Amino acid sequence: MKLNLTADINSLDWKGRNRRRLLRRLNLDIPLLLGLLAIALLGLVILYSAGRQDLDLLLRQGIRLGLGFLVMLVLAQVPPNYLRLWTPWIFLGGVLLLVAVLVAGEIGKGAQRWLDLGVVRFQPSELMKIAVPMMMAWYFTSRPLPPQLGDLVIGALITLIPFLLIVKQPDLGTALLVACSGIFALFLAGLSWKIILGLGGMTVIIAPLFWTLGMHDYQRQRVLTFLDPETDPLGAGYHIIQSKIAIGSGGFYGKGWLNGTQSQLEFLPESATDFIFAVFAEEFGLIGLCLLLTLYFFLIARSLYIATQASDVYTRLLAGSLALIFFVYVFVNTGMVSGLLPVVGLPLPLISYGGTSLITIMAGFGILMSVYSHRRPGFR
Amino acid sequence: MRLLDLNNAKPRQLTKARDLQIEAQLFSRRAIIALILVLGALLALLGRLAYLQVINYAHFATLSENNRVKLQPLPPSRGLIFDRNGVLLADNLPSYRLEIIPEQVTAIDATLARLQEFIEISDLDIERFHRLRRRNPSYSGIPLRFRLRANEVARLAVNLHHFPGVDIKADLNRHYPLGAHAVHVVGYVGRIDEEELQRIDTSQYSGSTHIGKIGVERSYEEVLHGRVGYQHVETNAQGRVLRVLKRTPPVPGKHIYLTIDSRLQAIAERALEGYNGAIVALDPRNGEVLALVSQPVYDPNPFVNGIDVASYQALNSSLDRPLFNRALRGVYPPGSTIKPLIGLAGLEYGVTSRTRSVYCPGFYQLPGHKHRFRDWKRGGHGRTPLDKAIVESCDVYFYDLAAKLGIERLHDYLDQFSLGRPTGIDLVGEKAGLLPSPQWKRATHNQPWYPGETLIAGIGQGYMLATPLQLAHSTATLAQNGQHFQPRLLYATQEQGSQDKQWEPPRPLPAIPVKDQGNWEHIVASMTRVIHGVGGTARRIGQGSSYTMAGKTGTAQVFSLRQDQKYDAKQLDKRLHDHALFVAFAPADAPRIAIAVIAEHGGGGSTTAAPIARQVLDAYLLDAP
Repeated sequence: MKLNLTADINSLDWKGRNRRRLLRRLNLDIPLLLGLLAIALLGLVILYSAGRQDLDLLLRQGIRLGLGFLVMLVLAQVPPNYLRLWTPWIFLGGVLLLVAVLVAGEIGKGAQRWLDLGVVRFQPSELMKIAVPMMMAWYFTSRPLPPQLGDLVIGALITLIPFLLIVKQPDLGTALLVACSGIFALFLAGLSWKIILGLGGMTVIIAPLFWTLGMHDYQRQRVLTFLDPETDPLGAGYHIIQSKIAIGSGGFYGKGWLNGTQSQLEFLPESATDFIFAVFAEEFGLIGLCLLLTLYFFLIARSLYIATQASDVYTRLLAGSLALIFFVYVFVNTGMVSGLLPVVGLPLPLISYGGTSLITIMAGFGILMSVYSHRRPGFR
Repeated sequence: MRLLDLNNAKPRQLTKARDLQIEAQLFSRRAIIALILVLGALLALLGRLAYLQVINYAHFATLSENNRVKLQPLPPSRGLIFDRNGVLLADNLPSYRLEIIPEQVTAIDATLARLQEFIEISDLDIERFHRLRRRNPSYSGIPLRFRLRANEVARLAVNLHHFPGVDIKADLNRHYPLGAHAVHVVGYVGRIDEEELQRIDTSQYSGSTHIGKIGVERSYEEVLHGRVGYQHVETNAQGRVLRVLKRTPPVPGKHIYLTIDSRLQAIAERALEGYNGAIVALDPRNGEVLALVSQPVYDPNPFVNGIDVASYQALNSSLDRPLFNRALRGVYPPGSTIKPLIGLAGLEYGVTSRTRSVYCPGFYQLPGHKHRFRDWKRGGHGRTPLDKAIVESCDVYFYDLAAKLGIERLHDYLDQFSLGRPTGIDLVGEKAGLLPSPQWKRATHNQPWYPGETLIAGIGQGYMLATPLQLAHSTATLAQNGQHFQPRLLYATQEQGSQDKQWEPPRPLPAIPVKDQGNWEHIVASMTRVIHGVGGTARRIGQGSSYTMAGKTGTAQVFSLRQDQKYDAKQLDKRLHDHALFVAFAPADAPRIAIAVIAEHGGGGSTTAAPIARQVLDAYLLDAP
């Protein structure tokens, strides 16, 4: 991969007095970087508590974060034009890998998300979180905007094929994100309100019909439990009940760092991974949550700003979609943990223990930074 | 690169550029809308969080605390039971059981197999172990074997390091070191059953598995049990205790000292051996129960942890009824033992006098009736004053006296001696016996009272029934000139770990009014002659005695004879033999012990029951340690 870094290396002012300048040269966006670092730091702090002061755990997460920032740094150097040229191949490759995963799963008789590449295990569905918005952006680059009905069909295909493949794995959380990324791209591309409202109206009509005619009783029951897990307090509901207790008992000021009884005494399941938000809420209270949500909002707002500053359709749509996918990540996880949304296994970005999605998210921010630093000022 | 592309599309550049401008504006508008939606969603989320954390804080804080803090009961240790001299009757023994913590054992089946090399493990044990294992968390100890024997404990203890996750646990189990000795007094504890759960304060028994079922164990349950303690413990989600937050120690139950003299009890038990029956010995001066024997006996120890069905069936269906406490639940016709009280009633009511005689031809006939009420002595006693009537146990005198007294006065006088009603002893299940009256007969049989029934009541037969305890109690009352006390087994209580005893005071009953002290003395003198006098029915036991006794023999009919039949023991089934009764107190001039003996199917009171009583009296009065 040819990086801008190598091209500009001679012109780098190594004796520059200003770190800001250096970061600029590295194509890094300082506000985004600071926001990411702040959240990552908060994440490590709460992980230390949620992981019951396991330093090994903290170290592994630190390494993952470092890797994430490295991926971000590398991707920030890749000019968006290269990305655009590679987009169809990345997308096609991603779809093929998804098929490969499914086939391997069939053979292995079980749910399968991973592709074992010997050295590392690779999750193709993660790739699609970025590949789908890339493909949408790529498609609309050559089409006049706002999108017409025909474009809608193509966009739907680009979204639905990976969506269905991922649903089949089954990985509902990721599939949902992939679907959202397609929808966001359409929305940002300027899909007319008439069509949006029309599609919405159709959903409202079809959903009850499907509910009454197209589903078996047991399927309906499954959906109901999914929508209201508290009807099953020993199964799916247990997580949510304990999580709500953790959040609620945190109160305004929180129980204090390392003092969250719900998490420290293991009443809260998955406390270091999907439900780490509840640990944060229990120990740092509403005040801590305000800070955390503000930081997230700042990252989303900055990303959307970067999208508006982008110099072409491709980067604009891609950056905007990535910003909104990040929001969906945050919202679905926090909404699930606080009992507002059904339980979908999505981690809290940058904070939950675990590697794969972290890398994807950091890759997204790398692309955003690249978009910002490679924009052509004065174009507009 | 992008510029290059644009140059290539030169002809459309201008329109394209304008389109791009419009597209950029369109995008910016959408981005702003998206940002507003994001902000709205995040605010809604914040609202939700505030709802949980501020508005419902108290609710969730309580739930969280309940999650974390569990209340654990600390069962108190049960008080011990001693006799009046400190002989241990009920003990708490450590009982060892083998437990396995499944999560610490890798191969359970292999471990079980290897354990069998050291101790006996039955298939039932293994089955129960697996059943309990499924129901309990894997970090908790699951019992495999209960009541390990000492040699098994020893063999396991040295090899325990080969068995990670296997442990020997001790807890306290009720044990009755003397087995069947005084079992009808001490009783036993057993596992709490469904019916008891309804009755007891369950919080006091949280953590306890046993409760007094019968005997003193039951009647002094509250004293022996103590008060439960609690500790607040912090647990994790699996229920594992992490630390103790607050501890309220249990108050151990008090030790109980019984009025029973274990040595005397043992002698009484041995004396009655071979008979079903009962012995009750009281201290007439204060109502203390010195010995209370009901025979046959049984070993209470198997009942503690649940007796097996076969053994229980054997005990329960035995014709000898070993589980039946005859001393306070067995009701017998008092027979002639009632005569001194009838005589006293006659004197006190002025119906007869100490000198008045009745001619006894061997039978008694009510005026105008054909029926002959027979005397036990075929030829009769001849001219019989009251003292002779008691000494020789003349029936005719008492037929006559009963007829003169009438059933009402007879009933009212005997009622003062707690006949026909419970004495109030501190044991559960005492029977009232039966002191018949016309009202009673009208109420229960809806029949009038017949004069003949008064006559046989006069010799303690017919409807009249009394428990051995009532007989001992009425004898003690007679010995004390009408001063009497509730029979009592509680001698003293003692806090665990303390040397001080709290003595139990006597429980006096309202004294029986004495019209003429001479009447009482006359009866006692007559009773003394029963044993020490010429012609006394129990004169054989008076021989060689260094103290004077006052007593009365009795024979209760089990089998009623037709008018012309003769009682012939040899021809009757053992179970139809008469009951032998004897009541006595001694020393006659300063009574220290009153006793009632009943030997079921023992034949005559003088031949069987009186010698048994003599052994007990001798042991108490002469062999004092």
